[in-house]
Amino acid sequence: MDRRATLRYICPMSTYDHDHGSELSEMQLRVRALESVLAEKGYIDPAALDLIVEEYETRIGPQNGARVVAKAWTDPEFKTRLLVDGSAAVRSLGYENRVGDHLVVVENTDRVHNMVVCTLCSCYPWEMLGLPPVWYKSAPYRSRAVKDPRGVLRDFGISLPQTTEIRVWDSTAETRYLVLPMRPSGTAGLSADELAALVTRDSMIGTGFPKPAERA
Amino acid sequence: MTDSIHDMGGMDGFGKVEPEPNEPPFHQAWEARVLAMQRAMGYAGAWNIDMSRAAQELLPPNVYLSVSYYKRWALGIEHNLLKQGLADAGEIADGRARNSAKPLKRKLTPDAVPAVMTRGSYGRPAQAPARFKPGDRVRAKNIHPRTHTRLPRYVRGHIGTVELVHGCHVFPDTAAVGQGENPQWLYTVVFDGRELWGADADPTIKVSVDAFEPYLETP
Repeated sequence: MDRRATLRYICPMSTYDHDHGSELSEMQLRVRALESVLAEKGYIDPAALDLIVEEYETRIGPQNGARVVAKAWTDPEFKTRLLVDGSAAVRSLGYENRVGDHLVVVENTDRVHNMVVCTLCSCYPWEMLGLPPVWYKSAPYRSRAVKDPRGVLRDFGISLPQTTEIRVWDSTAETRYLVLPMRPSGTAGLSADELAALVTRDSMIGTGFPKPAERA
Repeated sequence: MTDSIHDMGGMDGFGKVEPEPNEPPFHQAWEARVLAMQRAMGYAGAWNIDMSRAAQELLPPNVYLSVSYYKRWALGIEHNLLKQGLADAGEIADGRARNSAKPLKRKLTPDAVPAVMTRGSYGRPAQAPARFKPGDRVRAKNIHPRTHTRLPRYVRGHIGTVELVHGCHVFPDTAAVGQGENPQWLYTVVFDGRELWGADADPTIKVSVDAFEPYLETP
């Protein structure tokens, strides 16, 4: 094996890398080399990569999940179906067909607060919420969410009554979990679009609440 | 590897969770290319999702903790290219192909991109009846395979309750090592916080994992 590559693989922070400056410039070069060799060998088409990046940057984000949540808040029959079979209910809306087969929607109530984590890596319902934020993939969240969820919620500025059950869902398989947050009070007259604007990404992970009505 | 640093549930000392306001999808352009390459190589059949996870789990703990998320992905891609014989180390280092390519199942072209933007399906026909049903008490086995597994350490040996049955799914433990899909029943098993973290733990906490049937036994 090429000595430089071996060094970089076994010890990416080695002196070899430091000769090339920060991780940023090192990675720019390294990833460019990787893409070049894969394209030269005919394994990938860079134009397809461009489209994937564009999808993640422009069309996939928490607005998808927010529309599902607002629909559930305004349509009891849909909400029932959503909680029984999340994938089928979301697909029935027509505008979101990326959801796959394994979406489970879990409902927050006065009694139970749900929170989602992937302790082993970064499993996340990206088709509903976009790419996971850095904190979701970070060691502090992954290590503590299953042992000290109340402490994690405090990091987000949230405090729940000591009587509320906290239910943590560790996504260890290909099942994906979306939290259905409680509808904020004082929103009776709002349309589904107005309600969707109140639904935050973190409220659908279980590390936040929807915005209150007056801040819509 | 099973008992490596990626299995973080319950560890102390990593500090506070620090959310970033208005975080962009990517912080650097190269991160986006890494993600897109992973998707494209998956579509091509170069390796499966479990192999990409397993490759990152091979990183030594000091490396795993000190590099960024997408750098781990890039290192995993390089590892799998070598492992599958799709490129050699010199080619990867220099960004130039010298040897002929190895045939892959297919190639991701722009018109096929919508296919990789839909989440894959991992459900498979059942090979046998489910051994457990909702409400059953089960113990997560005390196993320490030398290869990839999705049973986190913090539940091993502990007793929980089956809550959901998800059908039969591709079994990561075999798929990750190229031994096939070997579909297994998948359950959501919920544990009381005190069962996992001791009698002094917060009694209002419940934690579930999704556990494949081979991870579980009758207590």
